[in-house]
Amino acid sequence: MAEISIRSMRKSFGATSVLKDVALEIADGEFLTLLGPSGCGKSTLLRILAGLEVQTGGSLAIGERVVDGVRPKRRDVAMVFQSYALYPHMTVLENMALPLRMRRLSAWQRLPLVGRLLPGTKVTADQIDQDVRRTADALSIGHLLDRKPGQLSGGQRQRVAVGRAMVRQPAVFLMDEPLSNLDAKLRVQMRAEIKELHKRLGVTFVYVTHDQSEAMTMSDRVAVMLDGELLQVAPPQEIYADPDDRRVAEFIGSPKINMLEAKLREDGFAETAGTSFSIPADLAHGTTLALGIRPEAFHLVDSHGENVLTGSVRLTEHMGSDLYVHLAVPGSDHPVIARLLAERAPHITSGQTLHLGVKPERLLLFAADGRRLRPDNRPNGTVLRMKEHA
Amino acid sequence: MSTQHTRRLALPSAILRHTALLATGALILIPFVWMVSLSIKPPGEIFRASFSFWPEQFYGLENYTRALTEAPLPQYMLNGVIVCTMIVVLQVAVCAPAAYALAKLDFPGRNLLFAMVLIALLLPHEVLALPLFILGYQIGILNTYAALILPYIVSPFGIFLFRQFFKTIPDDVIHAARLDGLSEFAIVWKIMVPMALPAIIAFGIFSVVSHWNSLFWPLIAVRDQNLMPPPLGIMAFKNEEAGNDYGPLMAAATIVVAPLIAAFLSAQRWFVEGLTGGAVK
Repeated sequence: MAEISIRSMRKSFGATSVLKDVALEIADGEFLTLLGPSGCGKSTLLRILAGLEVQTGGSLAIGERVVDGVRPKRRDVAMVFQSYALYPHMTVLENMALPLRMRRLSAWQRLPLVGRLLPGTKVTADQIDQDVRRTADALSIGHLLDRKPGQLSGGQRQRVAVGRAMVRQPAVFLMDEPLSNLDAKLRVQMRAEIKELHKRLGVTFVYVTHDQSEAMTMSDRVAVMLDGELLQVAPPQEIYADPDDRRVAEFIGSPKINMLEAKLREDGFAETAGTSFSIPADLAHGTTLALGIRPEAFHLVDSHGENVLTGSVRLTEHMGSDLYVHLAVPGSDHPVIARLLAERAPHITSGQTLHLGVKPERLLLFAADGRRLRPDNRPNGTVLRMKEHA
Repeated sequence: MSTQHTRRLALPSAILRHTALLATGALILIPFVWMVSLSIKPPGEIFRASFSFWPEQFYGLENYTRALTEAPLPQYMLNGVIVCTMIVVLQVAVCAPAAYALAKLDFPGRNLLFAMVLIALLLPHEVLALPLFILGYQIGILNTYAALILPYIVSPFGIFLFRQFFKTIPDDVIHAARLDGLSEFAIVWKIMVPMALPAIIAFGIFSVVSHWNSLFWPLIAVRDQNLMPPPLGIMAFKNEEAGNDYGPLMAAATIVVAPLIAAFLSAQRWFVEGLTGGAVK
């Protein structure tokens, strides 16, 4: 059993605070992704989990055991590095066998020449050899065992790195952007393979990435990190559809979510970009809001009105099944981007005036401080509730 | 190397470059050729005005026999092998962990220690001869192999060179090794040193050459003929009164440098071969 429990974890380098009071519970066998832009502290958190970095404050438990101050090799975790970090002077076989040799053989048994003569060495060494070959075959790198890392392609090195982590059957897998050095096609393929591997091994995976498509496709839960804080921890679909924070909404989704600053009128409508949206709320009028609209929340309508954005088309991008329309709307510096189904919007040219409707329930409302405002569906009417920050 | 050579030089510039390279090469090579040539000539031919590489009368056997028998040159060479091997092994044994600590571990005073290594790099070893002699006398190792070996085992140059090389090895490799269960010493010997092999070998060549040819400290530290280094075998033919006996002198010199040249040529490919390739990406 290897659930991970991170409590009020802090880390600073000098005056710079990299992790600010991070708390996170990871279930046994879960695939959790730490997602965030570079420099947000996600890799630091992972290295603290591995024991390669010491936290400034807070506590960490793997399984039932508090592992603060426990050396990396005693933590039963394995890590796959972004750079793979293979040993270039050893063959693939030696690379993968090393963690097993260090664990199963005594210091005397590991000695060159002399070690072979000691009792038990040969049996253990053969066992290690078998284990490595079995793991290598499972990753289909069995034919590469005699090569050195320098003779392998990026994808093969990546597999060797995974194999080296896998061979000793750790309770927790840590992965630090393992796919970022691969080309796009291989990345998609490895994504599926790592997911498959997780299913097969059934152990806890903590995966660090800045790539939201990796996070969305592979994870059981995604933890979005920004500036050393955990903003939201939730399943991928929920992170996308129901973000807790404006920063999460803006980070997830491509093209980016459209944000329109608005002021709430007395009649319950929010005015922005030359139109007004009905807000299902009883907030004090005059409240400043940000309306978040996902590109796919728009639909074409015939004429201007409430809940309809009108503007002139600046640019269209054909993406095959989808059509991205960049619409210049009054009062906003950034164009609004809408994703329409290509077959339903055949004749859009730049300069044309377009009306895009949004259903009120598809609006994501954010307070001025970035917190999400959620309509609470109660029988006696809809009210807005401030969700407490996690 | 050759596979990456796609750009061809224009003919005039190629000729120019090769002329310059050949000239410098010749400048370095000619004394050696001359040395070998003199070592196989009889005394009469050595001082002739005209130069020819091959002697009219082959006198090599006589010169080399005298070089090997007049002074105990084989014994001196054996001393050289023992002392140089011990020095280079102990130097690597001391410098590699020190350099690893300076390059990759974080501890208070690290920069100060490194600054001290740099200062030690500036000091010529001759400056320390007297203090080392007194120290050697105090601990009673004068006139032993230990006196020839111990003063050299901490090499600031080695620490500096290894540290610079270790710095280029990515931290992730060390992190991976720690997770794989290697102790810090195991990381030094199993990961860092093999990855830095070109630097280690380059350093080994420097070290062996300088200690093989060293005469200054051995003449101070030891008196026993059985402990003397190879250059003393050449000294035997340097005669103030009767003039120098050039034939055997050159034969002895040839014998003394031969192992160095052989060692250098066999180790040469290690300089070129990049062993660090493939660690990352």
